[in-house]
Amino acid sequence: MATEAAHGAETVEHAAGTGLSFHPMDQFMIKPLFGDGAVGMFTITNATLWMFICILAIIAVMVLGTSRRAIIPSRSQSVAELAYGFIYKMVEDVTGKDGLKYFPYIMTLFMFIVFSNFLGLIPMSFTTTSHIAVTWVLALCVFLGVTILGFVKNGVHFLGLFWVTSAPLALRPILAVIEIISYFVRPVSHSIRLAGNVMAGHAVMKVFAGFAALAIVSPVSIVAITAIYGLEVLVAFIQAYVFTILTCVYLKDALHPAH
Amino acid sequence: MEGDIANLGQFIGAGLAGLGSGLAALGVGNVAANFLGGALRNPSAAASQTATLFIGIAFAEALGIFSFLVALLLMFAV
Repeated sequence: MATEAAHGAETVEHAAGTGLSFHPMDQFMIKPLFGDGAVGMFTITNATLWMFICILAIIAVMVLGTSRRAIIPSRSQSVAELAYGFIYKMVEDVTGKDGLKYFPYIMTLFMFIVFSNFLGLIPMSFTTTSHIAVTWVLALCVFLGVTILGFVKNGVHFLGLFWVTSAPLALRPILAVIEIISYFVRPVSHSIRLAGNVMAGHAVMKVFAGFAALAIVSPVSIVAITAIYGLEVLVAFIQAYVFTILTCVYLKDALHPAH
Repeated sequence: MEGDIANLGQFIGAGLAGLGSGLAALGVGNVAANFLGGALRNPSAAASQTATLFIGIAFAEALGIFSFLVALLLMFAV
């Protein structure tokens, strides 16, 4: 994202005279928390900080919230139980009974994504899932895990995923090529869907905030920011849901590769 | 405004890639509209199919996101 940061800096200079002093993409810049040094492999940055906050928040809800195990649940226990039940049912519906073995992984993915999306909606915070680097690692883990699992569970029969037996024989090689391409595009679309949606939504909010520099349009832009914020709350949840449900679909493909 | 003809091409290309996002919006709208049409005919079956709805939306949206990616690549990476 170094080029992006450079581009942002250049636009800030252009806009400095007009009272508007930020670029919509500035909010995604990774900065070291301590000092102004270069960002290296182990530098503590704002991304590190917000991932840490995200994990603390998950622990607060899921571990501390359910620690009392009350018959009549408190609010945080209800939230934890609802989230657990929601993902459990989703894995059971989409992947089937034998997919429930992988429920902890899917639950972890969902909680991490949904918490970082929602924490990113706090003004002045940093959205870790808006970076393709983060979502790419999540998607790549799913892709590699599912591929290895498919070969371990089914052996060579896993390749039947690419050989569509329900199609006429002449079409099968062509379909196999298409299936292989679409299989390898999966981690790309899986990761960019999440990062793109989150990033685009946050950038749109900043663009409307930029319009507020003009006094005449500022009421309109404040109303627009409010409306888009509401939409973003929805998107933050739906994108976490979509990421998780696609993980379940890929897992189902790995466990039952026959068409 | 400084820059050369390659920059001009990048920006025009990035703008054109925006068309893809709009067309993906049509696709997503089509999925949702057909789901709603089916759901109103048979509301009892609708709840069990929301997962399918989201998967369909996700696949329709993926291609729009590829065009967004093309726009980003043109703006920042090329």
